[in-house]
Amino acid sequence: QTYLFQYTFAVTPAHIKRLYKRFQALDKGNKGYLSPQDFGSVKELATNPIGDRIIGAFFSQGQETVDFHSFVRILAHFRPLDKNRAKRPDSPEPINSRISKLRFAFQLYDQDNDGKISRDELLQVLRTMLEMQVTEEQLESIADRTIQEADLDGDNAISFDEFRKSLEKVNIEHKMSSRFLH
Amino acid sequence: MAWYIFPLNNLLCMLLGISFTVWFTLLLVFIIVPAIFGVSFGIRRLYMKTLLKIFEWATLRMERGAKERNHPLYKPYSNGIIAKEPTSLEEEIQEVRRSASPRELGSGGAAEFDVSDIFCFCRRGVESIVDDEVTKRFSAEELEFWNLLTRSSCHFQHLSLRLTVLWGLGVFIRYGFLLPLRVTLAFTGVGLLVVLTTVVGFLPSGRLKNALSEKIHLMCYRICARALTAIITYHDSENKPKNGGICVANHTSPIDVIILASDGCYAMVGQVHGGLMGIIQRAMVKACPHIWFERSEVKDRHLVAKRLSDHVEDRTKLPILIFPEGTCINNTSVMMFKKGSFEIGSTVYPVAIKYDPRFGDAFWNSSKFGMVAYLLRMMSSWAIVCSVWYLPPMQREDGEDAVQFANRVKAAIARKGGLVDLLWDGGLKRGKVKDVFKEEQQKLYSKTLVGNHEDRGRS
Repeated sequence: QTYLFQYTFAVTPAHIKRLYKRFQALDKGNKGYLSPQDFGSVKELATNPIGDRIIGAFFSQGQETVDFHSFVRILAHFRPLDKNRAKRPDSPEPINSRISKLRFAFQLYDQDNDGKISRDELLQVLRTMLEMQVTEEQLESIADRTIQEADLDGDNAISFDEFRKSLEKVNIEHKMSSRFLH
Repeated sequence: MAWYIFPLNNLLCMLLGISFTVWFTLLLVFIIVPAIFGVSFGIRRLYMKTLLKIFEWATLRMERGAKERNHPLYKPYSNGIIAKEPTSLEEEIQEVRRSASPRELGSGGAAEFDVSDIFCFCRRGVESIVDDEVTKRFSAEELEFWNLLTRSSCHFQHLSLRLTVLWGLGVFIRYGFLLPLRVTLAFTGVGLLVVLTTVVGFLPSGRLKNALSEKIHLMCYRICARALTAIITYHDSENKPKNGGICVANHTSPIDVIILASDGCYAMVGQVHGGLMGIIQRAMVKACPHIWFERSEVKDRHLVAKRLSDHVEDRTKLPILIFPEGTCINNTSVMMFKKGSFEIGSTVYPVAIKYDPRFGDAFWNSSKFGMVAYLLRMMSSWAIVCSVWYLPPMQREDGEDAVQFANRVKAAIARKGGLVDLLWDGGLKRGKVKDVFKEEQQKLYSKTLVGNHEDRGRS
């Protein structure tokens, strides 16, 4: 039971039941797992410009299905930080730590998983978030400026460390956390 | 030993005969006759009050039992399960940027684009995966306490002997006594409807025919309503729809028709079906004009509009009953109204229907249950309790187009019935979101960027 809590989004058994009900509601056809189309049926996700990428985050490593365990594991990234956790040197990094949240966001940019956000990848994200509201030149200048600001080793791409450094002051914990209503 | 059996047999036959007679007399006196005259003995309300008391006791018992065993009870929340940020997307993005680079504030606004912008979209996306406003409207509403039906309890455990016995008794009463009674009534009601409307159809058109047809329709619908043990409270009856108008209501299940038609006469609109439904439809049309469309005609919007407006212009014909949502919603919200019926230009009489889910959930989840399974579920619940509010008539104002008018009516219905007013389309139950909505989000985000771009240019 404790294992489940540590690595999941849920904090109590009631939360797990809640999430399971949600999982079942999304699982059209009672297959026992979720496919990308099941996520697509969430209407608010379809209007989110990066909706497709978020769905992709659930299906990492070329998988085509998500079972309940993995579903809750991915959601665990968004659990608020446990401020009272004692830091043990040999314990694995908790899934909802600042670094893990940053890595989750980094992977939304870095679609080919090469550890760097290239100029093209950045352009792609900008395109989906802005589509037809700005011109291609504006998109490119935004991308160039962003890379300029964040790129420290001059390879014209943003590595995870550079990403992390540029977001040192941002309150990630709050923006990438969601808590259950009680 | 044989001579014991004969008197026993006779006795048995006599008992059966007597009980059948008593049964049918009771049925006639307490249900069918009042249905004909539209009066009520008040038995159903007494039944309702008793049931409520039992439910309260059962819930308390369950909570106590759960506490004793340290089992947390599953409590459903209708207000959503995660705390969502009340701030808008724009404000959130500004907030994140300000926390990242406070020094930039002096130089004419936040930075252009920041890699952290993605966080806000990301979190909102994940939150909508866990809980969104629309998807939950298409499955049955969850109750806050248990009503002795396993179908509505997500966490029925054997917590106390008394509770289980009570539940067992409930099952016996519902399936052994109420269900056969209701099925008998349903068959009676439908049968009478078909037979009597056909008979009235032979009369020449005129006042007598209309009056008779009205009485017959009302009577049969009332019998059907009693077949479901529907306990309906009608409010504001002075606003009841009149001839030449269109009555619109929110849609939860096919039973809505029975509920509304028990109190007034309407012209129904619908597709021609085969089988039993088709027989009923053909019989009904003989007594008074209803509007049934062939499947092919449904696609032709002009044809539909023409037939509806022709009907409406004829003042002798009954008001049309339409459900503009187009699909069944679970009675916690009202979804987008299709504008077709609001283009016709006649007076619209809105009606709000709100079911009380404690006695039986009336929502028809057509992806989970077929019609027959649904009706059986309805007939084996405790009762169908609902309130009907007749709202004052509305008309399209100058300068208002059909969509705005439809939204105005929808808002009024949602307000009166205590339902959430949603802009989403009920067609989303089966279809995909239109790209228009996605573009809205993109526009919003670009305003945040481009707006700042201009600021920078100026400073």
